[in-house]
Amino acid sequence: MTADLVALLPELVLAGLAMALLLVGLVGGGRRHGALGAGAVLSIVAAGVALWVVASGTAEGTRFFFGMFVLDRFAVFFKALFLLSSGLAILLSLDYLKRNDYRPAEYHTLVMLATVGMMVMASGSNLATIYVGLELMALSTYILAGYFRREVKSHEAAVKYFVLGALSSGILLYGLSLLYGATGTLDLATLAAKVSGGRPGTPVLVGIALLTCGFLFKVAAVPFHMWTPDVYEGAPTPITAFMSVGPKAAAFAMFLRVYLGGLEPLADQWRLFVAVAAALTMVWGNVAALTQDNVKRMLAYSSIAHAGYALLGLMAGGQNGLQSVMFYMLVYTVTNLGAFGFVILLESRGFAGETVNDYAGMARKHPVAAFGMLLFLLSLGGIPPTAGFMGKLYLFAAAVQAGYVWLVVVAVLMSAVSLYYYLRIVLQMYLRDGADAEPAALLAAPWTERVIVACAVAVLVIGVLPGPFGEAARATVSVLAGK
Amino acid sequence: MALEGFLLSALVLTPAAAASLLLLLPKDAEKAHRWIGLVASLLTLGLAGMVWSRFDPSNVAFQLVETRPWLPTLGIAYRLGIDGISLLLVLLTALLQPLVLISSWSSIHQRVKGYVFAMLLLETGMLGAFLATDLFLFYVFWELMLLPMYFIIGVWGGERRIYAAVKFVLFTLAGSLLMLVGILYLSYLHKAQTGAWSFAYEDIRSLTIPMGEGFWHSPQLLLFAAFALAFAIKVPVWPLHTWLPDAHVEAPTGGSVILAGVLLKLGTYGLLRYNRPLFPEAWERATPLFLWLAVIAIIYGALVSWAQKDMKKLIAYSSVSHMGFIILGLFAGTVASTQGALIQMVNHGLSTGALFMLVGVVYDRRHTRLIEDYGGLAAVMPLYTGAFLIATLASIGLPGLNGFVGEFLILTGSFPTHPVAVILASTGIVLGAVYMLTLVQRVFWNPLVHEENRTLADLTWREALAFTPLAVFMVWIGVQPGTFLRLSEAAVRHLVGGGL
Repeated sequence: MTADLVALLPELVLAGLAMALLLVGLVGGGRRHGALGAGAVLSIVAAGVALWVVASGTAEGTRFFFGMFVLDRFAVFFKALFLLSSGLAILLSLDYLKRNDYRPAEYHTLVMLATVGMMVMASGSNLATIYVGLELMALSTYILAGYFRREVKSHEAAVKYFVLGALSSGILLYGLSLLYGATGTLDLATLAAKVSGGRPGTPVLVGIALLTCGFLFKVAAVPFHMWTPDVYEGAPTPITAFMSVGPKAAAFAMFLRVYLGGLEPLADQWRLFVAVAAALTMVWGNVAALTQDNVKRMLAYSSIAHAGYALLGLMAGGQNGLQSVMFYMLVYTVTNLGAFGFVILLESRGFAGETVNDYAGMARKHPVAAFGMLLFLLSLGGIPPTAGFMGKLYLFAAAVQAGYVWLVVVAVLMSAVSLYYYLRIVLQMYLRDGADAEPAALLAAPWTERVIVACAVAVLVIGVLPGPFGEAARATVSVLAGK
Repeated sequence: MALEGFLLSALVLTPAAAASLLLLLPKDAEKAHRWIGLVASLLTLGLAGMVWSRFDPSNVAFQLVETRPWLPTLGIAYRLGIDGISLLLVLLTALLQPLVLISSWSSIHQRVKGYVFAMLLLETGMLGAFLATDLFLFYVFWELMLLPMYFIIGVWGGERRIYAAVKFVLFTLAGSLLMLVGILYLSYLHKAQTGAWSFAYEDIRSLTIPMGEGFWHSPQLLLFAAFALAFAIKVPVWPLHTWLPDAHVEAPTGGSVILAGVLLKLGTYGLLRYNRPLFPEAWERATPLFLWLAVIAIIYGALVSWAQKDMKKLIAYSSVSHMGFIILGLFAGTVASTQGALIQMVNHGLSTGALFMLVGVVYDRRHTRLIEDYGGLAAVMPLYTGAFLIATLASIGLPGLNGFVGEFLILTGSFPTHPVAVILASTGIVLGAVYMLTLVQRVFWNPLVHEENRTLADLTWREALAFTPLAVFMVWIGVQPGTFLRLSEAAVRHLVGGGL
């Protein structure tokens, strides 16, 4: 029992500190942005330290809580990634919350609880555990999407997100129950043993179909992507940034764990389904992004497209496929947080920061941040020497090796399309002169700027020297792919 | 000597290092920016000279090789090497860069730091693409060239610069991404055949790539197409040339010089370096197609040039025609025609680069490039007239100047195997003389009707300084082509495999 609790230490630390933060906020520090922000960041750091201690003291793949919870390097990699993304998202929120005068305590608490949920998802070796983690994450993010209660758009985003999210959770749960009914187990390893060999029965197939739909909902793949642009546009921008990386990576962790762990023997049944979804996602995400004038919507469609690229790795499966998705999630996290950081920076500088035209002349006004944004856009577009290029390289190499050359061709053609809309922003920033009048109320946003710089450095470092990061992802995949 | 171990790296990375140095300087230190750019590019030229002096032309293998591990699990390494095919183009690049910076000394006034930065980064990209002997590294450098050029056209260009810049990027990118798939597939083939990923040029070259049946089921034909499309857009081969006039006309003078001088050569270099040796059967199969496209480009480019009213556009279309000759030489495939194509790449870089530079000179003074706005300049600007005449004569292939050597080798080398194509292509030479001499006639010798032309200043010492080295090489190659042909002969003979 003690061993079980120790294994859960990072999550416990984070959840406990989140509760403490909530209490502090209630007791009287409700508006103390600095102190509460520092507390939130330190809590994330504490959870990170706990994760490091626990991970280094546990044998690879040990299971806890009667086999419901596993600690392997796959889980540790994703947990570290979640902590990184929520830490950066909180840093991005600091200036923003202060400027808009919203209570920080509950906000930080919810981000931290969502992170706890994601961490549980990554460690779940049982479908029930994964589902519990998923719901904790999802409920926290529904509230966060509507956190700016004075904004109508934020309400709309929250309601849409909640209704569609609940629907997709229901579909997913229905799929799980069918699988349980057919096989009598929710444990992934047992499930894999039961479904291997022989043609699966109809309940299993229907269950897989529903499960796939639910998962595609969660990663925002076409045709289950409709909620994304509206939610991304309406939610507070730091939360959009967070949703586009943390919960998305968590959904991929779950997708990988379930499909390459438990349902690997049935790959023939789901692979074509996922392949078509991946192709549609890449095409529609990129084509729809072309016509967007609102940058948040454009980035929303771009995030849909990126889910499509990442699905290539899932299709490829095996060591290479897993590694490539994990590496891509890391790349995508630093890139997208940086890009949204720039949007936040503009908002805090009094620009709307929403339409493409607001970016005119930014290279002159904020040369450092604009250069960072240039790097993020190049990385999203997959141009060397940025991290995004290396991420795509791993994905495409895995997919080529698995024989999906046609999907890779679709992916590269769509990358060319994507460059068009990414370059629209570059074009505004560098090639056009904006109105010279800088808004009078200049609010400093030091933390936002620091996050942008840190992400830009990361994008370049990973782009030039991907070796160590790629290896970190590779070392983790032995468990899932070992089967 | 230890220097050999990193000479090529020093060559490639010097401009990039200088570019990052620029970032540390304040925005308004324009003089410092220009000087850093110039010194770095001269340093690079010096290093290129050292490479030349250490180069052994009789050795057909890559020389001054450097290998450093990069992504070992995927078989990707930082591999550089030089052989007779890349040497001439490296020298051309290193020569043009300082001249471009000199010539734009007084014509670029806005955002000087950004301009020099982009130029230096571009130089690293170009040199790296010529020197990479790892397909992945090649692709990285290839893409590295894209963005600086986008900015050079888009920020410092003419009126329709944004349209031209976006068009340039999309055309180039569409081709190069398919090449990336091709590169990945080649590496995967290597894994399938030997058990390990590798992107090394030598390893890929040793693969046997199946021909298969039909087009869609033939790996070799598909791979050939993926590579050839990327390169053909860059060259550009007719009918993929439509980005070129826009890009050239809108780009600032320096951008046009680099674009015509070096970037287009990357297309023909790629065909020779990658398509020919890696996909020999497909190359054979595609030869008729490319020969016809080359002939069309030669004649079409020349005719369209003839009809232009804008000097820069005229020279841009003449590039389409001249690059057609190079394609003809490459695909005719004999030693002589390939050698001719290679030397013609250098020649076109020198003469067209010079012509763009010279058009820039009068554009800076009058802010018009229309032919009809000039006339009678011979009397006002004698030095300029002389320079323009030399470049023109080099471009149309007057014996004694460089253009003649290249065209002669291409045509005589191709004639035994493809007489019809050569006969048709020869009309391009005549047309070339027609449109270029008409241009000279109208700009320099027609009566001086525009009063404002009467006071035009002749070449400044800086402009003359930028032009002189080009003229020296035009004459040098024209009179003593052996010095340069000798450098690539063994490598070409090895690649083409005997014959003529």
